[in-house]
Amino acid sequence: MSDAPLLEAEAVTCRFGRVTACRDIDVAVHAGEILGIVGESGAGKSTLLRCLAGVVRPASGTVTYTDAGGREHPLHALEDSALRRLARTDWGFVHQHPHDGLRPHLSAGANVAEPLLRCGETRYGRIRTAARHWLEQVELDPVRMDDRVRTFSGGMQQRVQLARNLVTEPRLLFLDEPTGGLDVSVQARLLDLIRQLVARLQVAVVLVTHDLAAVRLLAHRLVVMQQGGIVEQGLTDQVLDDPQHAYSQLLVASELRC
Amino acid sequence: MLAVRNLHKGFTLHLRDRLRLPVLAGVSLDVRAGECLALTGPSGTGKSTLLRCLYGNYRSEQGSIRVRHRGGWLDLARAHPRQVLAVRRETLGYISQFLRAVPRVSTLQLVAEPLVARGVAPQDARARAEDMLRRLRLPEALWPVPPDTFSGGEQQRVNVARGLIGRLPVLLLDEPTASLDPDNKAVVLECVQEAKTAGAAIIGIFHDTAARDALCDRAYDMTAARPETCAG
Repeated sequence: MSDAPLLEAEAVTCRFGRVTACRDIDVAVHAGEILGIVGESGAGKSTLLRCLAGVVRPASGTVTYTDAGGREHPLHALEDSALRRLARTDWGFVHQHPHDGLRPHLSAGANVAEPLLRCGETRYGRIRTAARHWLEQVELDPVRMDDRVRTFSGGMQQRVQLARNLVTEPRLLFLDEPTGGLDVSVQARLLDLIRQLVARLQVAVVLVTHDLAAVRLLAHRLVVMQQGGIVEQGLTDQVLDDPQHAYSQLLVASELRC
Repeated sequence: MLAVRNLHKGFTLHLRDRLRLPVLAGVSLDVRAGECLALTGPSGTGKSTLLRCLYGNYRSEQGSIRVRHRGGWLDLARAHPRQVLAVRRETLGYISQFLRAVPRVSTLQLVAEPLVARGVAPQDARARAEDMLRRLRLPEALWPVPPDTFSGGEQQRVNVARGLIGRLPVLLLDEPTASLDPDNKAVVLECVQEAKTAGAAIIGIFHDTAARDALCDRAYDMTAARPETCAG
């Protein structure tokens, strides 16, 4: 973990009409680090995530991304084309619903290969090898790489989505409730997979979730949001074992222990 | 290696009408390399709370926790979370009474993990984890299995293996021999003694007085730093 942040949000506020979805947010993500964001539905977690990823433009504040060469990019002041280029090469975004992040009528292999094509790779053999490799990395049998993803189970689709986002070897990964609609055993497998891949690839992750067990397992640092603001942030185990804010205490107390 | 000054810790329970529970009021202590300090006092005097504060698991309210890290002193009570993680990786180990297993991760991997996190090559880390588990007499048949189905004593030894494998210079031990039979207790104590001889500074809670007497040079009486509202 180096010390300069990869991505830094300063005083970010996002509004939809008269609703303030997130308010005056300061947050930073460093290389190789997993940052968890928790809070109730409507707390502004997903809006913040999309703002960090450059998808939603904040009403005020800045989000700065520092590339591998040390150059700073103020995301929301970039031309659309420059922003799209960064999003294509430097980060990935895994959506809660696989159908938001996949093309269901295409094969698993094509779904994984597509980002490479968009990055300009044209050699068919290389693309095919990469797709096979990344399907294996997410523990999918490459025998099924020519099957359409809509024939896959939810957990498998989510793994295809993960592979599709890792194939370009991004430096930063945004995960929006990646285990949302999955049953518990499938969740555990996906979480463990994310944990191992992230450690191996040294990719930085911003993880939005409801699942406190998931953040305990994955996140180095944790941000707790309520009504659009950050009420507490710190070391994950400290925030979960010794929550300071009334809302964090409620959140932890409400979690079932197993 | 570790210098604590005037440490205060209490809990404010917002869900119980902001009920205030003071636990530590002015803990000051020092531990040098190669020295073992026992925390003594009846249940509820904050021994485990103190260890958790020293590990950065609980947030200290007042005072300082200075630890010798990368050749300098760092105050854990004020450090950035990322600095605390670096201290845990390179300097400060904690062995609790309970093991937090990770689904699908084998015992061997779990024990090797602290070394891998520090950049030791996976094969070397595995080899050292095997040595450690053999030393702690955990049956080889269990190594590929995640420890969540193990007995209390087996889990405890996995915990000890994971805590000692990094040979960290400062160790916090919360009842490391609690659920062990006499033979296994002796092995664990021997390993801790070795870490001490190798220069580790140790702070521990040992309800077993024989273990405490064998290992510890000094004791810190927790009743000395009781908040007034709890005294008596």
